[in-house]
Amino acid sequence: MEQVDKVLAGDGFFTSRLSDVIGWARKFSIFWYPFVTACCGMEYMSVSCAHYDIDRFGAGLPRFSPRQADVLFVVGTISQKLSPVLRRIYEQMCNPKWVVAFGVCTCTGGFYDDYATVQGIDTIIPVDLYIPGCPPRPETVLDGLVKLQQKIQDQKQAIV
Amino acid sequence: MEESALIQSIRAKIANDILGFHSFRGDDTILVRRESVFAVLKMLKEEFDFNMLADLTAVDYLGQEPRFEVVYHLNSLEKNIRIRIKTPVNEGEEVDSIVSLWAIANWLEREVWDMFGIKFKDHPDLRRLLMYDEFEGHPLRKDYPINKRQPRVAPIWKGIR
Repeated sequence: MEQVDKVLAGDGFFTSRLSDVIGWARKFSIFWYPFVTACCGMEYMSVSCAHYDIDRFGAGLPRFSPRQADVLFVVGTISQKLSPVLRRIYEQMCNPKWVVAFGVCTCTGGFYDDYATVQGIDTIIPVDLYIPGCPPRPETVLDGLVKLQQKIQDQKQAIV
Repeated sequence: MEESALIQSIRAKIANDILGFHSFRGDDTILVRRESVFAVLKMLKEEFDFNMLADLTAVDYLGQEPRFEVVYHLNSLEKNIRIRIKTPVNEGEEVDSIVSLWAIANWLEREVWDMFGIKFKDHPDLRRLLMYDEFEGHPLRKDYPINKRQPRVAPIWKGIR
């Protein structure tokens, strides 16, 4: 009995099935916030339009307010001058939230290995998914999206 | 060196201000003294119809004296000719601002200040243009360390700004 109490007080009880259901619901209702700063935005636009039909993954609707979004999509080079803005946008998003680094500039700084560019947005905010490429092809982005869905499904859901 | 007709006619006006000149494939360059840059550019604008400031930038010749050169590119839209004016500047010396001649010089001079640390006298608002105010140093100087990074915000998990 003592052991059962310990389990109930600790990691939990409901983690097995309810978490799966919530994960399933969350992964098919991704509302993303496109933080588009550079040329990768063109590729983002082609991904999000009809040709690649991103709606079949439940991610068809971008929200242009961080307060309504689940996934922060950082698309394009982030300069040091812009970095406080990116951080603030991240802080404004509600939990649960995920961050996608779209393109090599957001992953590592890319070939902008210089004084003006943030050398990967993971030096500022936590990143869940890296999509490399300069710019990534739409197929790569969709592949990344499926991986992000898997990650959302598999994680332990914070039930609030 | 052979003088082009343009350089000849300019030289006749400002012989005392000229340090050197050369022409290369139809492009004329005149090197003038730092103190007389404003007067020379004003004269070129008013008397030679160079009504467009196409560019204003600088070069860092680290190890040479004087260290910098400020470069002005002028166009004449009426005559369809152009000319390059250069002036040597040393560390800590100021160049006269030409914002009163061409308004575009405002931002171009701010950029030169930001990137090279060359000050312009009588500039109305000499702030950094491209980098942020907290940035230390001038990144296009040849002695700015190539790997030096100055992150503006701390990682969010450190909890500080």
